[in-house]
Amino acid sequence: MSLDTLPRATRNSHRRDRPPGRRWRSRVDVKAMPYALVSPYFILFAAFGLFPLAFTLYYSLYDYDLAGTVEWAGLDNYSALLGDDDFWRAVVNTVGMFILATVPQMILALFLANALNKRFRLRLAIRMSVLLPLVTSVVAVAVVFTQLYARDWGLVNWILSLFGVDPYNWRAERIPSWIAIATMVDWRWTGYNAIIFLAGMQTIPRDLYEAASIDGASRRRQFWQVTLPMLRPTMIFVVLNSTIGGLTLFSEPMTFYNGNPDGGSQGQFQTVAMFVYKEAFREFDYGYASAAAWLLFLLILIGAAINFLFVRRIGGTK
Amino acid sequence: MTIWKPTVLTRVMLGLAIIVSAFPLYWMLVIASRTNSDAVATPPKFLPGGNLGQNIIAVLTHPEAQFVAGLTNSFIVASVVTVSVIIISTLAGFAFANLNFRGRNLLLVLVLLTMAVPLQQMGVVPLYRLMVSLEWTGTLKAVILPYLLNGFGIFLMTQYTRQSVPMELVEAARVDGAATLRIWWNVVLPAVRPGMAVLGINTFMLMWNDYMWPLIVLNQENPTVQIAINGLNARFSTEYSLIFAGTALSIIPLVLVFVAFGRQIVGGLMEGAVKA
Repeated sequence: MSLDTLPRATRNSHRRDRPPGRRWRSRVDVKAMPYALVSPYFILFAAFGLFPLAFTLYYSLYDYDLAGTVEWAGLDNYSALLGDDDFWRAVVNTVGMFILATVPQMILALFLANALNKRFRLRLAIRMSVLLPLVTSVVAVAVVFTQLYARDWGLVNWILSLFGVDPYNWRAERIPSWIAIATMVDWRWTGYNAIIFLAGMQTIPRDLYEAASIDGASRRRQFWQVTLPMLRPTMIFVVLNSTIGGLTLFSEPMTFYNGNPDGGSQGQFQTVAMFVYKEAFREFDYGYASAAAWLLFLLILIGAAINFLFVRRIGGTK
Repeated sequence: MTIWKPTVLTRVMLGLAIIVSAFPLYWMLVIASRTNSDAVATPPKFLPGGNLGQNIIAVLTHPEAQFVAGLTNSFIVASVVTVSVIIISTLAGFAFANLNFRGRNLLLVLVLLTMAVPLQQMGVVPLYRLMVSLEWTGTLKAVILPYLLNGFGIFLMTQYTRQSVPMELVEAARVDGAATLRIWWNVVLPAVRPGMAVLGINTFMLMWNDYMWPLIVLNQENPTVQIAINGLNARFSTEYSLIFAGTALSIIPLVLVFVAFGRQIVGGLMEGAVKA
């Protein structure tokens, strides 16, 4: 006999017959269990997120070194940083490499996404192969690129020599070393960003293109006047992601100098993240490093705000 | 419809993109399979040689590299973090998506806000001091624990659960007398399996490739694989065939995962992007 054929009253009384202990337990289950389920995240955040953030702020106001001497310093660490040429050089390096890497990367990713959006065979295989760089480890790839850019036997210099260009010491000078590192970043992230753009492009309704095409807009015009403006939300996501990643750049320039945070003999490719690492874990100047970490955060906020405003303007006026 | 057909230019561009994506990995294989004098030869040798096995044995048995330990440690760290993050995220995602409780929206917004802070760079000094005072430096715990904090996982699983587990299903299970955890196990988990796969692959890759924090908190005697490569690169920077054999070994597990789950990875990335 199924439940449905029982008289309603019987069914309800059957439910009310549960022992009181079980009812109490189920009320606790409904009321308290949700908090128990979300609590691991907040406990972890308190321990490994909030605590380190707060203590970074605290350390940054003290003279705090390995020997354990802790002295109130007020804003001394910050004012010393603002007068530290090495710190400013790291800021300029970071921003320079960020621009050198991000501008071509965004343009390439957009065009690649546009190409990937066409109909062709082996679609999945092609999408997977542009994502391949993402699954390789940053350190492994940086090792390979460092060899490709080696002065005496690197492939890049060999190709240049075919055109009569003398071997270049990519690591020794500022702009060349930035270019080398920017290519590592771009190799890794262009395909990923293209796939994200592609996802955004596929949400654009087809009627928009049909309407544009009836109005006589060429394919190129459709890209500029339909695709780009409609892609703005995706672009904001991609650009903010790249801003955080680019301004905290660490692994590639570290590996380019064989795991040394100096960033070249003159610090020509030392990033702010490397500066923080060096001050904390080689100079053991924890207060100074913590202040630098907060300034790095400030740099990210400024970068994110500028890029956000910039992207919002793209295609916005048309 | 003609506008979706690829032109010659598109085909050339896609071809180039594939070549550029694959070339550094091909090059890694070329150098890893040759002798060191071949690696620095001019003109460069473009085809793989026959020394791959020999170079791999050399790097695995290198007394200062600790490469076997590195591979094992990376596997342990990545697996433990991946399984834990999946459990934590599916539980919380279920609560945020399907359960009613006071403060739910506020807590979810808090999770999203915490995602925006680059904690790894910001909190690195106190986190290191914490590990020192717990005497955890040099141990895998020190690498694993901070990474259990994963806001992205909560966000992803909340979205995924919201869309694949209807509220009626949860309520029906409740009427049948199922407790919350039982519903999670019997109703939610089977429905969100694809989302778990995306999160799992993503987390495993991030952990396998992580560099800065293990570099700070571990040492060359007990490294992860990235730290083992870093050590080789720092001390034998021109022993290319040795180092390249190591890098090849370090990316093989990821490439295997990628080939096996490529469809889910591409699909998951594209879906996640649209929702974000």
